[in-house]
Amino acid sequence: MKNLLVLITLFVSAMSFAQNKNAKTTLQVNGVCEMCKARIEKACIKTKGVKSANWNLDTHELSLVYNENKTDLKAIKQSVLNAGHDLKDEKAPDEAYNKLHGCCKYRDEKVLDAH
Amino acid sequence: MKKYIYILVCLPFMAWSQQVLKGHIYEANQTNKNYPLVGANVYWLNTEIGAVTDLDGSFSIPYQSNYKNLIISYVGYKTDTLKIKSSKDLKHWLKPTSSLDEVAITARNKSTFASYLKAENVMTMSSDELLKSACCNLCESFETNPSIDVNFADAITGTRQIKMLGLNSPYILTAIESVPTVRGAAQIYGLSFVPGTWVESIQVTKGTGTVINGFESIAGQINAKLQKPVEDSKLFLNLYGAANGRLELNTHLNTKVSDKLYTGLYLHGNLRNQKFDNNNDSFLDVPLAEQINIMNRWQYVDLEKGIVSFLNVRILNDEKQTGQVNFSPDSDRFSTTYWGSEIDTKRLDVSGKFSYANQDITHRNFDAQANFSTHNQQSYFGQNIYNINHNSLYSRAIYSSILSNTMHKFKTGINFSLDHYDEITGIYSNTSNYEREENSIGAFFEYNYDNLGAFNLTAGIRVDNSNLLGVFVTPRLNVRYTPWSRGSLKASLGRGKRSANIFAENQNMFASSRSINIVNSNGNIYGLDPEIAWNYGLSFMQGFNLFGRTADVVFDFYKTDFKNQVVVDWENPNQISFYNLNGTSYANSFQTEFNYNVLRGLDLRLAYKYYDVKTTYTSGKLEKPLTPKHRLFANTAYKTKVKSNGAQWKFDATYNWLGEQRSPSTTVNPELYQLPDYTPTVATVNAQITKVFSKAFEVYAGAENITNTRIQNPILGADNPFGDYFDTTLVYGPIFGSSYYLGLRYRLN
Repeated sequence: MKNLLVLITLFVSAMSFAQNKNAKTTLQVNGVCEMCKARIEKACIKTKGVKSANWNLDTHELSLVYNENKTDLKAIKQSVLNAGHDLKDEKAPDEAYNKLHGCCKYRDEKVLDAH
Repeated sequence: MKKYIYILVCLPFMAWSQQVLKGHIYEANQTNKNYPLVGANVYWLNTEIGAVTDLDGSFSIPYQSNYKNLIISYVGYKTDTLKIKSSKDLKHWLKPTSSLDEVAITARNKSTFASYLKAENVMTMSSDELLKSACCNLCESFETNPSIDVNFADAITGTRQIKMLGLNSPYILTAIESVPTVRGAAQIYGLSFVPGTWVESIQVTKGTGTVINGFESIAGQINAKLQKPVEDSKLFLNLYGAANGRLELNTHLNTKVSDKLYTGLYLHGNLRNQKFDNNNDSFLDVPLAEQINIMNRWQYVDLEKGIVSFLNVRILNDEKQTGQVNFSPDSDRFSTTYWGSEIDTKRLDVSGKFSYANQDITHRNFDAQANFSTHNQQSYFGQNIYNINHNSLYSRAIYSSILSNTMHKFKTGINFSLDHYDEITGIYSNTSNYEREENSIGAFFEYNYDNLGAFNLTAGIRVDNSNLLGVFVTPRLNVRYTPWSRGSLKASLGRGKRSANIFAENQNMFASSRSINIVNSNGNIYGLDPEIAWNYGLSFMQGFNLFGRTADVVFDFYKTDFKNQVVVDWENPNQISFYNLNGTSYANSFQTEFNYNVLRGLDLRLAYKYYDVKTTYTSGKLEKPLTPKHRLFANTAYKTKVKSNGAQWKFDATYNWLGEQRSPSTTVNPELYQLPDYTPTVATVNAQITKVFSKAFEVYAGAENITNTRIQNPILGADNPFGDYFDTTLVYGPIFGSSYYLGLRYRLN
């Protein structure tokens, strides 16, 4: 019985050392419409290790659930940037941004006003 | 001085002049081209002020600085809410939806819509659709829907049956709150035991559908969602009276017990105590009826913890009396003076549901449900007795989550069901008893793949172990592909298996002089084998603009192929036989539908259906009796603009045409009791007008069967109901002529 308890304790502590398989985080991502939402979420989900992605149009907050064993935040951020969407502290490459649909050009003041 | 007069004159104009917000609505697509959306709704949140986009997608809407949230909605597209800061011209691109639910909650939508993006061929009927006819119960609510055929009322019980893809209701899995409910003893009358006002919305799936609801569906699935105490009005009252003697009363009372607990009491009563025999065949055209139906629903909501649960209790008492006008149950029961029938049903349902959504890992959900029902029917038809007692227990647990990411979703779980049937049938002096218990335990897994674009797929499989049906696998597959903008191609395939409740499903046979012949083949259910069928379907839907307004066209083709069927053979007029299929049996159906928004507020729906349903009987391969090959359907609905107090007029009309139907063979009868090989064609028109006075109060009036279409002799051998040729089962059209009704609805929020 005592041995079993020791085993369980060991097992539980080993688990807590392992990396989180359901890591949760949020990022600020710039975008302007429902199309942006689909693009941002798709870019994340297509990144290996990302389980779910949900971008809020009003708050610009991207909620992520991902497996830390398979990916890290840097890789996910890179996917969002490559899709043409700016992060709070990092700008998307211009060639990616230029590919966006007319209504999604969130850096353009006119487009922002239109929404 | 003059200057001041000018200013004074101009002031009122200034006050009247209004700011206007103008803009364009386009479809968001990959090609970066601007496709205008015509007929999209644009309106200010929490106001009655709205506009509809024109041919080029443009709109203009009154603007005031206190209007902040502009809602843009369009069926098949995601509804967007835009924050408006000024009256600057606006351009907006709407994205096609990927989920039905999001459309369902918008303030103005089509009353019935098919989804462009779901893998299953699902139609959702909102409560708007249910108000189109004064549907008194769930069965009648399908009258304005072309995918489901509502049969004419049976000559004796006045009950109406539904059909899908040319197959009758036992082949449709009918669920209430996703639990298969209208089955077993409740198969025939069950739909009429669900009052129309209790229903919030209905989903109709063509084809075998999902594996989660079980293995029994063959032609399709129907799921009715009930009103929720949280969302329903505090008080709802509906009164209905018809010239055919029917009176109905529905009352809903909903209250908040605490922050998280809500309860609703739903009361329904209907009564018909007037006798009608307009065709002078000595038989009542519609039965005398009395129903009391009470439901108490509890809803517990804890959004922080992600818990929603329901508890329902429902009690039903239904009594019908029918037969000859002079029949009096007390003195004439089982006698040969007058032919009469009484059907008394008592039913109790108790069900509970618990859902948990993980708040940290939002894609994980858990659902558990349990239902218990006891159904008792005591009835006699002339000298034939039919009593059935059916106790049923159903429980299910579902876990849903994802595989690696949300493009790959799955649902898995187990369910257990137990059905106990106890039936007594025969001539009153010599009855036999049939008792059986059916139990099954099953596990299911359903996988959904969505490539976040043009393709998605739902593949499901379940394995069941049943004491009477054995161990078997049920596979189902649904695929959706979008080849181009607003087009949707769907394919489905699946297997279904069920035990036929031959007495309960064919109760009309008791009201005839036919003897019952069961060809025993040592099967487990009445000596017969379970029914097994495969269903294959292909559907294509295309949305487009016609003269600047939205339209869509749908083509559906479905094939049901029976591997085994319990054949119901009416071909000998003295007998009804049940035997295992020996040969082929199939139902092919083709349906084309055209929906068009002709003008603002005016919608048109046209449908044509072709059925080819054939079965190998002992007398050869024949068309299924009383099933028309060709059907036409037209529905038009017009709504005036809603005024600021909610006032509005609504008009609705439905036309149905049925081609000729094959009568079962009567060639061995004397000439007087023979029927022509094919029935004449039948056409009916129903119409309804609703005057909405305010959000709280509305009055409706309508006419059923305006053209007064009636079939000549609905009952064969009505002159001698105790003779050899008496048959009430051959109804192919309306018995009761035109009828008018009036009703009101009152709600307090």
